[in-house]
Amino acid sequence: MMLQKSETLRAYSLLSPTLIIMAIGILVPFGILIVMSFWTQVGFGFDMTPTVANYEMATERPIYGALLKRSLWMSGMATVTTVLLCYPMAYFVAFHVHRNKMLWIVLMTLPFWTSYLLRVFAWKVVLGYDGVINSALMNIGLIEKPLEFLLYSQAAVIITLAHAWAAFAILPMYVSLEKIDRSLLEAATDLGDGPVMRFLRITLPLSLPGVMSATLLIFIPTTGDYITPALLGGPDGVMIGNLIQKQFGAVNNWPMGATLAIILMLSIAMITLVFLFATNFVRKRIS
Amino acid sequence: MTQDNAFISFRNVNKFFGKYQAIDDVSLDISHGEFFSLLGSSGCGKTTLLRMLAGFEAVSSGEIYIDGQPMSGVPPHHRPVNMVFQNYAIFPHLNVRDNIAYGLRKQKLSRAKRNDMVDDMLELIKLPEYGDHKATQLSGGQRQRIALARALILKPKVLLLDEPLGALDKQLREQMQLELRALQKTVGITFVFVTHDQEEALTLSDRIAVMSEGRYLQVDTPTGLYENPVSREVASFIGTMNFFDGTVTSIKDGNAVIKVDGLGEVSAPVGTMPLMAGNTVTVAIRPEKFLLTDDKPDGLQYSVKGQLNNAAYLGERSHYYVSIEGVSQPTAVSTQNRGRTKEIEAQNRPVWLSWDSAAIVVLKDV
Ligand SMILES: Nc1ncnc2c1ncn2[C@@H]1O[C@H](COP(=O)(O)OP(=O)(O)O)[C@@H](O)[C@H]1O
Ligand SMILES: [Mg+2]
Repeated sequence: MMLQKSETLRAYSLLSPTLIIMAIGILVPFGILIVMSFWTQVGFGFDMTPTVANYEMATERPIYGALLKRSLWMSGMATVTTVLLCYPMAYFVAFHVHRNKMLWIVLMTLPFWTSYLLRVFAWKVVLGYDGVINSALMNIGLIEKPLEFLLYSQAAVIITLAHAWAAFAILPMYVSLEKIDRSLLEAATDLGDGPVMRFLRITLPLSLPGVMSATLLIFIPTTGDYITPALLGGPDGVMIGNLIQKQFGAVNNWPMGATLAIILMLSIAMITLVFLFATNFVRKRIS
Repeated sequence: MTQDNAFISFRNVNKFFGKYQAIDDVSLDISHGEFFSLLGSSGCGKTTLLRMLAGFEAVSSGEIYIDGQPMSGVPPHHRPVNMVFQNYAIFPHLNVRDNIAYGLRKQKLSRAKRNDMVDDMLELIKLPEYGDHKATQLSGGQRQRIALARALILKPKVLLLDEPLGALDKQLREQMQLELRALQKTVGITFVFVTHDQEEALTLSDRIAVMSEGRYLQVDTPTGLYENPVSREVASFIGTMNFFDGTVTSIKDGNAVIKVDGLGEVSAPVGTMPLMAGNTVTVAIRPEKFLLTDDKPDGLQYSVKGQLNNAAYLGERSHYYVSIEGVSQPTAVSTQNRGRTKEIEAQNRPVWLSWDSAAIVVLKDV
């Protein structure tokens, strides 16, 4: 009994630096955000009487809902694209590369080594009006004037997000694919499965945890992103993150910004929960 | 073994891994319904031979026939064989029932029919209550049975087993050996069984191929291998064997008179072995074929005097080591402890070893 108690104590004392940082870095700002979302902006100051006016406005004014929906949609698209593109890469390294696997992984995560802004600008160069793609297409005579929809569009944001977050998708999926015992695949073949059935019945279900982590790892942070849409999105590509940023900047309505941030967080949390339940359900159905 | 009743045939099969030759010109016939074992120490090519039969490795040259059909180019999922893997390879995301039913998908059975088949299998492997258990919550022995059921439910023509009992503890292993043998008799499927445990091979098999360095040294029944090994290597791999050097002095009617160092002149059956007077041979005698006595006994053909060096009492039997003048290695002798056995008496005393002609195996290599 004594021993248990002191062990627990020790565990906590080991954890305490982390706990303190988490408390200061996450809980305190979060608390401030919640409290502030019930305030009202008055000029350069706040009226601190608690009110749900901000929440009412957020649900009533269609622009907020529309932007939130668009953000979820765009980040969902970026997530699906990333996972679909990265799964084959992770699969390739896990099953068909036999030497220097780590080198391959490092190379695949290379984009992640440069600054985020740099990557966004690189895509601007590629997709831009005078960019790489347009110049190339014009040079070979496929088009006469530059394609405008490449840059400043939802597509541009989705492409850039997918590329920028690829490392987060490859790593967990690679780990879960690499972990699969090769004799399970041989057993499935032995029991009559061709390559496709074997993939669907063994490889895919066993790598599902990696796919799920990849999905969440990308979806959660990209929904609130504001740099990429600001630089590449144009008017069609504005996301809720841009709006929140504006509330704390040009618009100068901090309580409204806090309210939107909390609504965004709740939406992500809800979608994540639904996603987790759904995959769990599917996994149960498969087995 | 004649060609016509061969069910599985290896014809001049070679296997190279890069420059390394894992299988060296193996030709082997296995008949229908046989419990056939590949026995050999680790690295001799047993698994490679089995995997070529299953189709997981291609032969480098030669051909494998199953039921008369050449197997080159037939992928594993189209071969009429199923395999029990060394680590069982139970699918961790499926429950016991779905593991066993895994291979039935292709047969497009009704759900009820499939459930019945799985129930029968669960019954057969004596795990009727375990259908809904997660595969990951099972013991080694249970996993082994599920791997068996998963393969047997497909009614393969051949079941391949790669050291399936290697991971089990001794007691469970012996029990599973009995069950496996009984099961093979029940289902009547040809079993090709890989093991490095000679006792296991002797217990289970109809015939055994003793392998070494990519080829087999001898294929025979357990009794044949034990009583009539063809080489020193086989003789020492299966059980314990005493070897003596000798020279043939004369041959007549399949019997050779051999002058053996330390044992004197003996006569022994050599069958059709191509021997001539003057050839050097190895004379081999199993430890239990000797009679060990304090005084020279009557009735046995040959006796020699020796010195008892070492003795160990092992319950149902005792082991002795006797040094004989003119023989470099101490001779191992084993006796059954019938009746009430007395404490082994003082060592380093003179004893007599006796045997007769039938105990002697003559091997050509020295
Ligand atoms: N895929 C492979 N690549 C290279 N060498 C291999 C491969 N598989 C087996 N070998 C070699 O072939 C030999 C026989 O292996 P194996 O058939 O597994 O032996 P056993 O099952 O009798 O222990 C060993 O020396 C092993 O190192
Ligand atoms: Mg092996």
